[in-house]
Amino acid sequence: MKVSMTVNGAAVDAEVPDRTLLVHFLRDVAGLTATNVGCDTTSCGACTVLLDGQSVKSCTVLAAQADGHQVTTVEGLANGDGEMHPVQRAFHAEHGLQCGFCTPGMVMATVSLLAENPRPTEEEVRTGLEGNLCRCTGYHNIVRAVLAAAEGGDI
Amino acid sequence: MIPAPFTYQRAGSVDEALSLAAEGGDDAKFLAGGHSLLPLMKLRLAVPEVLIDIGRLSELSYVREENGHIAVGALTTHHDVANSGLLGSELPLLAHAAGQVGDPQIRHRGTLGGSLVHSDPAGDLPAVILVLDATLVARGPSGSREIPAGEFFEGLFETVLEPGELLTEIRIPRPAQAGWSFQKFTKRAIDWAIVGAAVQGDQVALVHMGSTPLRASAVEQALAGGAAPADAAAHAAEGTSPPEDINADREYREHLARVLVARGLTEARSRA
Amino acid sequence: MSILGTRVVRIEDPRLLTAGGTYVDDLRLPQLTGAARVTFVRSHHGHALITGVDASAALAAPGVIAVLTYQDINDIPPPPPLPEGGPPPGSEAAPLPMGGVWQEPLLAVDRVRFVGEPVAMVLTDDSYQGEDAAELVSVDYEPLPAIVDPADALAGHTLLFPDAGSNVAVAHPAGDTAFDGCDVVVSRDIVNQRVAPVPMEGRAAAAMWVDGKLTVWVSTQNAQISRFIMAGAFGLDPDAIRVVAPDVGGGFGAKVGIDRDAILVAWAARHTGRALRWVETRSENLVGMTHGRDQQHQIKIGGTRDGRVLAYRLDVLQDTGAYPRMSGFLPTLTNLMAVGPYDIAHVEAGYRVVVTNKTPIAAYRGAGRPEATAAIERAMDLFAAEIGMDPAEVRRKNLVPADKFPYQTPCGAHYDSGDYIGALDKVLAGSGYAGLRAEQARRRERGDALQLGIGVASYVEITAADAENGETARVVVNGDGTATVYTGSSPHGQGHYTAWSMLVQSDLGIPMDKVTVLHGDTDEIPLATGTYASRSLQLGGMAVHKADLEVKEQARRLAADMMEASEADLELDIDRGLWHVRGDPESSKTWAEVASHAGSDGLVAAVHFTEAQPTFPFGSHVAVAEVDTETGKVTLVRHVTVDDAGIVVNPVLTEGQRHGGIAQGAAQALLEEMVYDADGNPLTGTLADYAAITATELPSFELLVSETPTPVNPLGVKGIGEAGTIGATPAVQNAVIDAVSHLGVRHIDMPTTPARVWAAIKEARNSQ
Repeated sequence: MKVSMTVNGAAVDAEVPDRTLLVHFLRDVAGLTATNVGCDTTSCGACTVLLDGQSVKSCTVLAAQADGHQVTTVEGLANGDGEMHPVQRAFHAEHGLQCGFCTPGMVMATVSLLAENPRPTEEEVRTGLEGNLCRCTGYHNIVRAVLAAAEGGDI
Repeated sequence: MIPAPFTYQRAGSVDEALSLAAEGGDDAKFLAGGHSLLPLMKLRLAVPEVLIDIGRLSELSYVREENGHIAVGALTTHHDVANSGLLGSELPLLAHAAGQVGDPQIRHRGTLGGSLVHSDPAGDLPAVILVLDATLVARGPSGSREIPAGEFFEGLFETVLEPGELLTEIRIPRPAQAGWSFQKFTKRAIDWAIVGAAVQGDQVALVHMGSTPLRASAVEQALAGGAAPADAAAHAAEGTSPPEDINADREYREHLARVLVARGLTEARSRA
Repeated sequence: MSILGTRVVRIEDPRLLTAGGTYVDDLRLPQLTGAARVTFVRSHHGHALITGVDASAALAAPGVIAVLTYQDINDIPPPPPLPEGGPPPGSEAAPLPMGGVWQEPLLAVDRVRFVGEPVAMVLTDDSYQGEDAAELVSVDYEPLPAIVDPADALAGHTLLFPDAGSNVAVAHPAGDTAFDGCDVVVSRDIVNQRVAPVPMEGRAAAAMWVDGKLTVWVSTQNAQISRFIMAGAFGLDPDAIRVVAPDVGGGFGAKVGIDRDAILVAWAARHTGRALRWVETRSENLVGMTHGRDQQHQIKIGGTRDGRVLAYRLDVLQDTGAYPRMSGFLPTLTNLMAVGPYDIAHVEAGYRVVVTNKTPIAAYRGAGRPEATAAIERAMDLFAAEIGMDPAEVRRKNLVPADKFPYQTPCGAHYDSGDYIGALDKVLAGSGYAGLRAEQARRRERGDALQLGIGVASYVEITAADAENGETARVVVNGDGTATVYTGSSPHGQGHYTAWSMLVQSDLGIPMDKVTVLHGDTDEIPLATGTYASRSLQLGGMAVHKADLEVKEQARRLAADMMEASEADLELDIDRGLWHVRGDPESSKTWAEVASHAGSDGLVAAVHFTEAQPTFPFGSHVAVAEVDTETGKVTLVRHVTVDDAGIVVNPVLTEGQRHGGIAQGAAQALLEEMVYDADGNPLTGTLADYAAITATELPSFELLVSETPTPVNPLGVKGIGEAGTIGATPAVQNAVIDAVSHLGVRHIDMPTTPARVWAAIKEARNSQ
């Protein structure tokens, strides 16, 4: 079927099989490979992107379901001058990533979390990231990064 | 992993959804948020040949007050249920439980109706709907019908809905007693409940204690007979047939049911 | 001031945060355009004979290029025979199948021995077609009885390898220790359960052959070892093979070397003349990637009533899964570290390794050492409970005192340096141990449903166990004054680029942002070992440091020549990166000028650094857990640690390593386990069932600083990568048990799930 969506502000159109998952549309059609697949069961959150501003697991959304909608991936977060988004900056400053595989999904989950709850407590951060697995950081510095980004107030 | 091939169809209205379903017959499935169905399809535990996307039927996404009850559109997402001001004040049990489903990403996509139709006995919302004495409104080729929640869940992943019938609305009466509690017992926050208890006043329903959500009738009877919460809760496992899996055997589930019901009744009374 | 020891954020991060890493599945190289996709057909039986494979339906499916079975593998040499006298007592550098009668085939021949074993390969134009076609390959099986319990493996009624005549792959029984002088002796059987490593990126490989040369991109911790393994497999000169490790999404020991699946991808690329790519799904990963741990321990500890431990015995039964990958290596390390940080006169340790119908076992963060620590730290608590003494006090009485280093253990290890009692005292003070005990007493007094448990664990571990293998580095100062580091270490999250750049800035005064670090490409770095066993800084980093110093001396000679001064008078101003003559700071030469003056060979030093012996980091952890005694649910509320790995180059990085290890240790103690049914079917084969720990189950960690240098290398550094799993696992387990010890519970096996904790409480109550 023909699928058209806006990805990181740019129109992307393609004829794809009906069963195409959004994550594969982003990776293989739009050529945006930052969004990773980490599981088969909607568990790990590595594939998290924003769909109309809300975090979703793009492995469990059909490209067809996103047809006509707005998608944002981690490649689309920095501003036009290439300056990192406050959440990206906080992950860098707080060492909130190691191998980097969960990072795009973790960052996008954080952007959505802070949009809904700009001043979360530590417990709210931990609960808010329950759908994203990280195997490297023990989450400690991720939580600090999210709190630091919230503290910065320029989300 | 990816689903087996299927044909995707998009419904622009409830009527179109019903006529597409009628054409598709047994091989067709409705796709709402997709967070029950797509995971099964990726594991190829579900292999529908036709998917009818009803996700854009915004007329089925609402929370409103009607004639003394609250009406929730079947396609209202868990996120919207959890954050509805009306539900927060009138049916806090439902709002709270919806906020416990899965994780934020899942709540952004998954819908109340989808969760009920999926009829997973480990699901949170079927038990909540059951304890709230909700009525489910379904539309099919021959019109609309109302199904009491107590009759809706037929078995493991089975409801009384006919093929081609679409759940459109959940109607919930104002509870007679305000106190409520939702006790969800899990290994990790994101897990399905090992056992859960939904309490509204003196009404109690159990999660994952049988092949469907169950009303804890023995508890309710004991309470009606004037038993104290702790004594009533001792009856929580009566009439249940809990499954056994890697997280719990039958004995442990029965024990948890008693503990969670006791805690739920205590908390509900503290909120009354 | 030197940049070493300061908090420097990672230079790796901006790329990972804005564009994402380039993992194998992300490679968009022209050579891989149109690469076909490999999908494996894997066994769904734990143990079965294969009676037939019918690929006809799959071959007729859309996009299918080929379906390959073992019968197609007729163009590579047979595997080498088992060396005389059996395999060498392994090395993490060679996590190879044992060979001989235990040979792990590339594709299953006539039988399968675990769920997940590769049986056939399906090559398709894209991955969607691959999954469809793999379902159509029909394999006929004749099920055999499966061995799941290692006790059944010992009994030997069913043999996994009939030619071996036994399921015991290796055995070194423990001797009989003298427990004669002991007032108190406690024995216990405990389980160190099987866990899955779950790096967020699973295994993946891409391969192509051009003019007889093979190029493989593989998600590995060791590109160079992978190259030699493949040279052996294909009977090729290593120069005919290039292995590239692109970004690697975590490894944790399970990506040491290269698995048969990836070797098959390379083989199939030659066999079919196609560029190929394979990226496993998580469901494949959970059964196909090696698992970790899976030891059963018989522990026996004895001592005096005043708390002195006199004797300890550890007998390990290692379930090695279907193929003895690392033979006796893991239990050898467990035995070597059996006595832990304690001064115990009589120690005996032994092991047996048995095969079972489960996924093969190999390294997982700690690899044999967390098991040793878990055993003795449980033993210490059991002993303390028996004599009624505080577990921290028992430890203090038995830790090797600081004035005894270097210390030779009865297990054969040579501990280099340490202050074990200092670490214990620091963590007790930092956690407010006395106050925690007081709070615990109050809750017990009140009979609260929510009880408090305090778990203590002291540990010593071995890092760079294969110090003699060393590591390589080549440092080049370029004509523009920048530097390039070619490192043999292989990062997959640790932050090598940052740490190595800091070393260059510290040694040469070339600023970090003018340093480029390259790794994991055998065309650029043919000889190296790579990353495992917490070896990177003390071997790979030391190699960079040594190369820096050699380059510096070369530069000194060049600068002396340029400035017509004697070499002895030349000084390097590290802060400004300038060479000048002593006493004449005005006349200076930049690195660019000096490097440009070098001959055609440039300013370059290549070194292979080795250490005389491994190093032994140590520490103490205190975990605080709340246990709901009505439901058995455990909440880890605090975790406080001292982890002393010698001198710290970058606290940001070492803290990150500690955090991650603590989480994985807590995960093993609380949640994670690969569970199989009696037929060898995994019941935790997806991430919906395998309870990988999330942010919600963990607190923020409290890390205390301790730096005791090692004399083994000039920088005084040890390894930090595995401290967390080694220290945290027993601390958390001990905390859970401590919370309910007043109810009569002495032990709960890991993972301490709600069901297990509740059952233990119930059993203790029933027996009282």
